[in-house]
Amino acid sequence: MVEHRGLSRVIPYFVLTLGVAIIAFPVYLCFVGSTHPQHIVSNGQMPLTPGPLFFETYYKTLFIGSSGSTREPVSTMLINSFIMASIIAVGKIAISIISAFSVVYFKFPFRMAAFWLIFITLMLPVEVRIYPTYKIAADLNLLDSYAGLTIPLIASATATLFFRQFFLTIPDELVEASKLDGAGPLRFFWDTVLPLSRTNIAALFVILFIYGWNQYLWPILITTRDDMQTIVIGIKKMIVTADALTEWNVVLATAMLAMLPPVTVVVLMQRWFVKGLVETEK
Amino acid sequence: MATVELTNIKKIYAGGVEAVRDVSLTVPNGSFTVLLGPSGCGKSTLLRMIAGLETITSGVCKIGDRVVNEIEPADRDIAMVFQNYALYPHMTVYDNMAYGLRNRGTPKPEIDKRVREAAKLLAIEEYLTRKPRALSGGQRQRVAMGRAIVREPQVFLFDEPLSNLDAKLRVTMRLEIKRLHNRLNATSIFVTHDQVEAMTLADQVVVMNAGNIEQIGAPGEVYKHPATRFVASFIGSPAMNLMPGKVSDSGVVETPGGKLPFDAKRFSASGEVDVGVRPEDIHVSSGSNGFSFTPELVEELGATRLLHGNFGATPIIVAIPASGTTHENREMRLSIDPAAVHLFDRNSGRSLAR
Amino acid sequence: MQKRAIFGGTSLPYLLLLPQLFVVAVFFYWPASQAVWQSFLLQDAFGLNTSFIWFENYSELFADAGYYRTMMTTGVFAVLVAGLSLSLALLLAVQADKSIRGAGVYKTLLIWPYAVAPAVAGVLWIFMFQPSLGVVAQGIRAMGWSWNPLLNGNDALTLVVLASTWKQISYNFLFFLAGLQSIPRAVIEAAAIDGASPTRRFWTIILPLLSPTVFFLIVVNIVYVFFDTFGIIDAMTQGGPSKATETLVYKVFFDGRLGGNLGSSAAQSVILMIMVVGLTAVQFRFIERRVAY
Repeated sequence: MVEHRGLSRVIPYFVLTLGVAIIAFPVYLCFVGSTHPQHIVSNGQMPLTPGPLFFETYYKTLFIGSSGSTREPVSTMLINSFIMASIIAVGKIAISIISAFSVVYFKFPFRMAAFWLIFITLMLPVEVRIYPTYKIAADLNLLDSYAGLTIPLIASATATLFFRQFFLTIPDELVEASKLDGAGPLRFFWDTVLPLSRTNIAALFVILFIYGWNQYLWPILITTRDDMQTIVIGIKKMIVTADALTEWNVVLATAMLAMLPPVTVVVLMQRWFVKGLVETEK
Repeated sequence: MATVELTNIKKIYAGGVEAVRDVSLTVPNGSFTVLLGPSGCGKSTLLRMIAGLETITSGVCKIGDRVVNEIEPADRDIAMVFQNYALYPHMTVYDNMAYGLRNRGTPKPEIDKRVREAAKLLAIEEYLTRKPRALSGGQRQRVAMGRAIVREPQVFLFDEPLSNLDAKLRVTMRLEIKRLHNRLNATSIFVTHDQVEAMTLADQVVVMNAGNIEQIGAPGEVYKHPATRFVASFIGSPAMNLMPGKVSDSGVVETPGGKLPFDAKRFSASGEVDVGVRPEDIHVSSGSNGFSFTPELVEELGATRLLHGNFGATPIIVAIPASGTTHENREMRLSIDPAAVHLFDRNSGRSLAR
Repeated sequence: MQKRAIFGGTSLPYLLLLPQLFVVAVFFYWPASQAVWQSFLLQDAFGLNTSFIWFENYSELFADAGYYRTMMTTGVFAVLVAGLSLSLALLLAVQADKSIRGAGVYKTLLIWPYAVAPAVAGVLWIFMFQPSLGVVAQGIRAMGWSWNPLLNGNDALTLVVLASTWKQISYNFLFFLAGLQSIPRAVIEAAAIDGASPTRRFWTIILPLLSPTVFFLIVVNIVYVFFDTFGIIDAMTQGGPSKATETLVYKVFFDGRLGGNLGSSAAQSVILMIMVVGLTAVQFRFIERRVAY
């Protein structure tokens, strides 16, 4: 490392602090807005410091709900989001790890075909097949259900590739030693592959939980009932109605609540987050 | 304990590569047999076929009285020590050793007894609760052996187990494997490319080249009486000097460097041959006997001294005891004991010894 | 891509693949093929009459000035977001890569926006820039500039670009930081001893060595603008005012909504699929080293 001297030593601190401030500013304003009464926020006279209504606003948001367009309290949406994100993350990991195990550790007809079938889905994001997918889900009676929110999103070429990549780094001798130790494929999977994959699973879980939590287009299509809404689409529905009716303080509190879980996951599990993000792109 | 019998074993890979061609070999009960050869000679493939990790293209593999060709590795009653140890990184040393027994449904107290005995034997008792990554290379090696020992198998298979260790540790572990074998007296098959390992460990050395067995014999035997030119050049360090020659009349072979006498009683040779002389079988002669030699380079190895120079047009190495001084580029006289000259058929490379 | 030591078993490997292949078949391939099929059909609003019309949906699209405008908008959007977020992220990453105290804390404080849902990011930014109540909007107006993203298309696009950039900086920052940290220190030190100033070192040593990361991120950012900004746009502008912020994906959604023009929507989907295939192919040029078949 080349050490810097003199004034140039403070430049990084200055730039980074400014960057952090700019990046944090929208969220700070959001928090401030969520603690002021609705009329102060809506008339554009909001001060830049937090107001007195923190508990009132968040209590109302969580347990009563916005009095305008949405009848469900945000706690229901939080629960929905949590269930959806968890099922998506766990489901993607589960079906991907067994798929990858199959293509790496077995030899069978159509192995490459199966691999390619999974791989090509990388090129078919939900955005390019919106309505046909919706129609299938509707035909299968999946509207307004957790199954409908999650199963169509649960295939994952990325996760399959990620696990496959990792399995290829497990030394062959470990399989051979297991065979000599009398372990069949499933026992090898359970006793050796799964424990060795722990950090990879953790990394993937962080990424996929955030992915699931932040889903937007699919939940909008698949849910019609208010009690099935996730928080990310619920928040949007609170501001679609005429401007004057928008309860901005509740909207902003909802935004804070929508950010809290995924951001917490990123901050607390930063090591796995970075690993997951960087390595799944390989 | 059991005898391992291989009859006409062949391995042809899907791509058509012949890794092992028609190998027959008996590993006697309780013996320590070393498969020795350069990389790619098929020795590891042969071992892996005995283990059941590779299928046998043709031929019969018997362990004890059982033909095991179609038997799963786990059911062959063998244990294997891998080159990179293949320890389960997420399990403790104890669990690594116990895993195979647990999979076989061995009762818990029995597992515990065997693991502790093996750990004691290998002096790794204090590491039983550690994970492999907290161990040194030598300790991992011991765990790998412990994992094999607890199984009390009929046959131990070793796939170059010492090649990942540093030179000093390799010598120590070599001795330990030898000691262990003397104690357990288990049939062992050991693959290596290191001739010193082979010579020191083996009761029986199997020298392999290009998928074939070149020679089977005791370590002294393969050194003293190499059956082929390949064995002669592969075993011994520095390697045997080889040069073309022609048997003119009984007892003398003409080489580009001059005539060499050989023990005519031992060979039935005529015409074109390859002549082999080990560096240590060439001596400094007193007076004007023997042939003239000018060392171009002298390597001091402590107890011995290696002289590099030419015999005729052939570069040769001479090993002499390191006494006195030898000057580079100063002519000297050397002689060769006729009893130490080896002759090989020019075409087949087989020894011409009777 | 396979192991030397493999397991036998005839049905097990298929059983293990079954769940994924089932989902893939039902929710990926079947709908995708339906999209292709529908793109050749003309359907009335009630779905009662359907006729096969070959490429008419496509030719109509390519005769429609609106479609080109949407393409243009998407392109401008992509260039602005990629340019802004890449340069800002690189600036921050270069600073964070220096031997400074608290580098870890700065890193944490810079990466969390990745976790914010696009739609929520949209809400945050519309709240700041909403003409009647936004704090920043009032600041802009106080300086005498006109600002109304609800009515002015350029203002709206600016706002969407800002929100999208804000969310993407953290991703780019992480990859740039990883890229910078993989450059051997000795190379930079050698350049310093060779008399290269810090600025010169950046342009002649660091940036060239970082170029694979840059190219990779450009592709990722384009994909991001194409697909992931849907939530931002839907929350902020719904493609308006008068389609000024409508991207290709948003148009697919909008045109097909409520059974509107399913044929055209499907044709647009197919065009998007082709674009994704192209982008993926480009992306794989950079990562083929890692995925060996």
